[in-house]
Parts: sequence; structure tokens; C-alpha cells
Amino acid sequence: MHIKILGSGCQKCLALADNARAAAKAAGIDVEIEKVTDVVAIAGYGVMSTPGLVIDEKVVSSGRVLTAAEVEALLTRV
Amino acid sequence: MGELFTWLNDQLLRMQWLSDFVTWVLADGFGLDMTSRVAGSVHFFIYDVIKIFILLSVLIFSISYVQSYFPPERTRRILGQRQGLGANTLAALLGTLTPFCSCSSIPLFIGFTSAGLPLSVTFSFLISSPLVDLASVILLASIFNWTIALSYVVVGLILAVFGGTLIGYLRLEKQVEGFVFQSPVSDHDNDGQISRRERLAYARDQVSDIVHRVWLYVLVGVGIGAAIHNWIPESFIAATLGQDRWWSVFVATIAGVPMYADIFGTLPIAEALVQKGVGVGTALAFMMSVTALSLPSMIMLKRVVKLPLLAIFIGIVTVGIIVIGYLFNSATHLLI
Repeated sequence: MHIKILGSGCQKCLALADNARAAAKAAGIDVEIEKVTDVVAIAGYGVMSTPGLVIDEKVVSSGRVLTAAEVEALLTRV
Repeated sequence: MGELFTWLNDQLLRMQWLSDFVTWVLADGFGLDMTSRVAGSVHFFIYDVIKIFILLSVLIFSISYVQSYFPPERTRRILGQRQGLGANTLAALLGTLTPFCSCSSIPLFIGFTSAGLPLSVTFSFLISSPLVDLASVILLASIFNWTIALSYVVVGLILAVFGGTLIGYLRLEKQVEGFVFQSPVSDHDNDGQISRRERLAYARDQVSDIVHRVWLYVLVGVGIGAAIHNWIPESFIAATLGQDRWWSVFVATIAGVPMYADIFGTLPIAEALVQKGVGVGTALAFMMSVTALSLPSMIMLKRVVKLPLLAIFIGIVTVGIIVIGYLFNSATHLLI
């Protein structure tokens, strides 16, 4: 699976990336995590508040640091 | 009642106790002669830095709490339901709730425009958002007085409504880069419906985020303020930026346009300038142009709009600020 973290390198984006990594590990899913820091690219996903979480090119959350459990639920649902 | 208000105003907002305390520490603790220049500068620096950080933290916390009810997605929905001047006014008012820095203006611009909000409404929001926010109003009241603070809000809002309306009237949609309209509209938010605990956590995060982002600007701003306050001769300032120099507002505005700083960093500079006899309008014009326009935000905006629209936007805001500056200078007797 391909996960993108949208955000211009703020603390919250790092926290979200960590949680996503932990979630993938817990769910036993092989993921590739990419950070998108360019504001225009971020806005290209229609996201106005960062951090945003994109799973397989689909925006699943924005403006909030999801907990590892929340990310895990999203990962296993897809 | 009036006395109580004055007392609260002096102690809580102007923090007279802090000023007295700093004087006491410097004079009794370090044996400095408080009439000397060095002591004056040190006092200005310590007192202003502590005061601004206390007010900043308290204010950002309260405002962020209110702001948590209005995430950008909800703001966009609210604005999308209205039309005409009402929408512009609402955009300007909602802009005051956001302590956004210019860095978040691009995602908002794209998000608003791709969802079909008219350019006029988006620009009203973009002008008001960095220019007027509740924290800067309280700080203005603390450093100057309530009349100036409230007048600042009113003219700031008028500039936002007027500037946005004018841009809408000029029909500049073709001046927006095509990809902006094709951007997807995402609506992954909670519509501002979150628990109180989440709001408090959000407000606390905002305080630490913003303090991290602006602390250096505040220190530099207060440093420059302290230098102006005690080291630059009054005659020099009076000759360049004095009330009776017709070009003062013009020069202050143009000098401020490319500069990038937070309003919290510019306030102490404005404070020191006014104490040196610079007109209130001139000082406010400088503050407004530093916060509303800056080189980094222009470079960012250039990626989503074409040059003519960017130039018109800068032109309208600059002229607006200059007009406001002269208005305030000519009405000084009503303000102080």
C-alpha cells in the first residue's frame, strides 16, 4: 500500500507519519510512506488543513493527527 | 466602574505591574541608573518580551478554542451559502478568527476557488486573515489604547471587504492558473464537531505551534523597538517619518511591503516609533503592510495566480493601507 503524509514538515506531520508506520506494522501490512511537502501538491489533493493522510491516492483524513489505532482501522478497511 | 476598568486595563492588559517589577529588578537588583539609555533599552526589551509572550499565549489559546468551531472546510461551506457584499463581509469576519500565517494561504486559496467560491470572497478572506486577528487587536489595545485597536479592526475589515469586492468586479478568473479550478474538493473534516477535550488539545497545540513560529520575530521586533526607543535620535525620526512629512505614510508602507514578519513582531516597532513622535497612521501603515503583504507570500501566490492578478492584489492592498495611514494621521486627535 502507498501512504502519503501531506504537510510542510511540521511536528504534527512527523507524528502522523510515525503513527501510520506503527499502524502498518501492527496490521502486518507492507506500506510505503511518502511525505508530500509542497503546498501546491498538497492543495492538489483538495486538502486545506494539514496534516493530511492519503492511502492509495485517496484522502482519508485532514487537519488531524490520527492515532495509530485510527490509521490501522483505515488501513484494514480499504 | 470606570476606575475599575482603567485599573484592569492597566494591570492585565498593559501589565503595569510587570513594568514596575522590571524597573525594581534592574534598579535595586542590578543597581542600574534607570534614567540611562542602556537601562531604558534593557527595560523596554525585557518588559515587552515578557508582556508579548504572556498575552500571545493567553490570546492564541482562547482564539484557537473558538477557531476549532470553524475549520477551513466549514468556513468554505458557510461562505458558499452567501452572495454579494454579505459574503465578502462574512469572509472578512471569518478571516479574523484565523491566526493563519501567509504559509497557509495557498491551500486555502486553492481549496476555496476549486469549490466554486468567487474570487471576491476568497480575496476578502485572504486580506483579512493575516491583517486582523483578535490577538493583534488585544495587543494593540495593550500597547496603544482601545480606540486605536477598534479603529484598526474596522478599517482592516473595510479594506478586506473593499479589496475583495473590487477584485471580483474586475472579473479576473482567467488570471488564475487553470489547475486551481481542476483541483479536487475534499471534505474530510468533522464540521467543527469535536469534543471539548479535543478543542483544548487543539488550542494548546496552536499555542506551541505559533510560539515556535514567531518567537524569533518577536525578539527581533522588540530588539529593533528597543533600539529605536533609546538610540535613534528623535530628530532623525521626526525628519524622516515625522507627522508633518507628507511622504511618511508612503515610505513606511512601501518599506513594509516586501518584509515578512508576524504582527506580534511588528507591534513593538510600531510602539517605539509612536513614542518617538511618528504618527499613529504611519506606524499602523507600516504594521499593516508588513503583515498583509510579504515577498514570501507573493512568491507563493504567484504559483496559483498570474502576474496581472497578483499585481492588482498587491496594488489594491498597498493603496488601501496608504489611505488608511493618512486617515489615521489626520484623525490622531480623536485617537489619543
